[in-house]
Amino acid sequence: MDFQLSDDQRALRSGMRDLLDAVFDRDRLRAAVERGGTLDRALWRGLGAAGFFALRVPEEAGGVGLGLPEAVLLFEEAGRALLPGPLVATHLAAGLVKGAAEGEAVVTAVDGDLPVAHLAEADAVLVGADVLVGEPLRAFVAAARPVRSMDPLTPLHRVAGRTAEIEAYPGAVPYEGALLTAAEQLGSATRTTDMAVQHAGDRQQFGSPIGSFQAVKHLCADMLARTEPARAAVYAAAVTGDPVEIAAAKLLADEAAVRNARDCLQIHGGMGFTWEADVHLHLKRAWLRAAARLGGAAAEELLAAGLGTARPRSGSSAASGGGTPEAGGGG
Amino acid sequence: MDLAYTEAEEEFRRRLREWLAGALPGLPPKPSPDDWPARRAYDTTWQRMLYDAGYAGLHWPADAGGRGATPTQHLIYLEETEKAGAPYVGANFVGLLHAGPTIAAEGTAEQRARWLPPVLRGEAVWCQGFSEPDAGSDLAALRTRAVRDGDSYVISGAKTWTSHAEVADWCELLVRTDPDAPKHRGISWLAMPMDAPGITVRPLRTLAGSREFAEMFLDEVRVPVRNRVGAENDGWRVTMVTLSFERGTAFVGEVVACRRTLDALADEARRNGRWDDVVLRRRLGRLNAEFRALWRLTQWNVAESERTGGVPGTGGSVFKLRYSGARQELYGAAAEVLGGGDAFDLDREWVLDRLSSLSYTIAAGTSQIQRNIVAERILGLPKGR
Repeated sequence: MDFQLSDDQRALRSGMRDLLDAVFDRDRLRAAVERGGTLDRALWRGLGAAGFFALRVPEEAGGVGLGLPEAVLLFEEAGRALLPGPLVATHLAAGLVKGAAEGEAVVTAVDGDLPVAHLAEADAVLVGADVLVGEPLRAFVAAARPVRSMDPLTPLHRVAGRTAEIEAYPGAVPYEGALLTAAEQLGSATRTTDMAVQHAGDRQQFGSPIGSFQAVKHLCADMLARTEPARAAVYAAAVTGDPVEIAAAKLLADEAAVRNARDCLQIHGGMGFTWEADVHLHLKRAWLRAAARLGGAAAEELLAAGLGTARPRSGSSAASGGGTPEAGGGG
Repeated sequence: MDLAYTEAEEEFRRRLREWLAGALPGLPPKPSPDDWPARRAYDTTWQRMLYDAGYAGLHWPADAGGRGATPTQHLIYLEETEKAGAPYVGANFVGLLHAGPTIAAEGTAEQRARWLPPVLRGEAVWCQGFSEPDAGSDLAALRTRAVRDGDSYVISGAKTWTSHAEVADWCELLVRTDPDAPKHRGISWLAMPMDAPGITVRPLRTLAGSREFAEMFLDEVRVPVRNRVGAENDGWRVTMVTLSFERGTAFVGEVVACRRTLDALADEARRNGRWDDVVLRRRLGRLNAEFRALWRLTQWNVAESERTGGVPGTGGSVFKLRYSGARQELYGAAAEVLGGGDAFDLDREWVLDRLSSLSYTIAAGTSQIQRNIVAERILGLPKGR
């Protein structure tokens, strides 16, 4: 057993981090906020060229041919940088919707009765097993009503009539979407921890850095104690693909992202409550992602159903640990 | 990222399983938790069986009498023994997980030869004389004095929370050998024979009603200077070596046990109808996430220490902080599954465990101390005053 990043995986992650530092630094983040979250198509194509969307498309079909663990590392970096856009839906649509793999198309998805993200700019919408393009897409968008989105990086629309529960998506797709969303949450949780620690070391009050005060120190320690179990859960779920394990990863990553952003905001004090600080952007995205793709109640129910020595077997794909109900199974 | 075990690791697991299946039926019934002489006999019998089968001190280095197993093999050992219902390390805890590894790392050749084999064979039981009435979390504030007199230290003071002191042969004892030095210096690590004159052991009852630990009074106890491990006044550094072992792998078996308890809770809730309570059911679901993640974090930490080849590091503090809270949540949920009347019946399973779980956020460094360690040593925040 070697549950650590391989050298290739480390290189992939640091390559993605370098790319995002170069094409989506803080100035571009704030510019995106000013634009109300509308997408930068050149950046989207740049991501496509870097293989972000085609990562898991087989090589013979023109993709990169890597797997979920690698995708998770890229989405973690995207979450860390607060990269806007329907990244998960477009990634899932690669190979299914023309242009998605290359970053030429923006693909969003309907997720339960939640408002739909980036609908006005979408070239396709996934609704369950259906893909809406062309005239059906235009009709769908025309019937939708824009929402004044709490998250300035995510324009939202309410749609009439058509909703799609997670079960409506074919095969493993809904769980993969939940896992990639969890990976973004993990990246955000890591970033807000870094921001909090940085601020706690710099900011002087009462003649000392506030990070020397135990009350602040303990907030920071709890942030790491949320992030690291979430990281282990997200990475393990990427290796096993087990829906129950993915539910665990989503639940813990949601909690880490939301609560870390709140603690980070608290540590920033009055500055944290201003529009200029980035922390509210992390918190708002974290709230959106926590509601999306296997929200808390659904994840908890899935995890509860996975408990017990005589539990009923789920019939779907790699469900329930692949036949090893014992602790530590799925090895 | 690879969660698959190698063929050699799986072979190790198969052989261990086979041996456990054959050996465990030969064990006598578990003694009462309050009967420490019987518990000692039971735990040392098991230790001897492990020794004869070649599993004693699995993770100890080979030159200390162990098998020099890899961290992953050790993980498999802890997982399989727990799954098979084998006895927990029990009275041998300090010897195998604290004192032994410390002596192996810091002791002289003579000290290793003298103290390590009896631990592995189940002949010597150790206890831990660290905490004092006025020095628990602030361990370096300990006051027990050791004054040099010829070839001996003469020791006076008091220790507390000393588990199974009444049946121990040896005590890993921290004493102040230089009262004038800064508090982290001036401490020495001694091996004290528990039959030395001047030692009084008084068992304490825990809030769970059981006798798990004792207070220990030392009145001019003479311990030979050659029983000191490490240099005089260098005991704090030696102790840090010990504590990293304690926080590294001490809880692996318990995470496995907690996952089993969680499954049993779900079974019980389905049986007694409480499963229909959506709040309780989701609470159990959340705990499933928690303990799955703690298991994966364990595998992550083990794989990391296998790569670095070092002793377990401060990452253990993150684990300990999270695990100790999760364990208390687990038994809080157990009380809800049992429901009103049964939740207060000490004869019901899980009720005693609920009480015992309260020690987890205190023992082996309180959660507040762990947070300080995480904040200062991992996140690099400035030290407070």
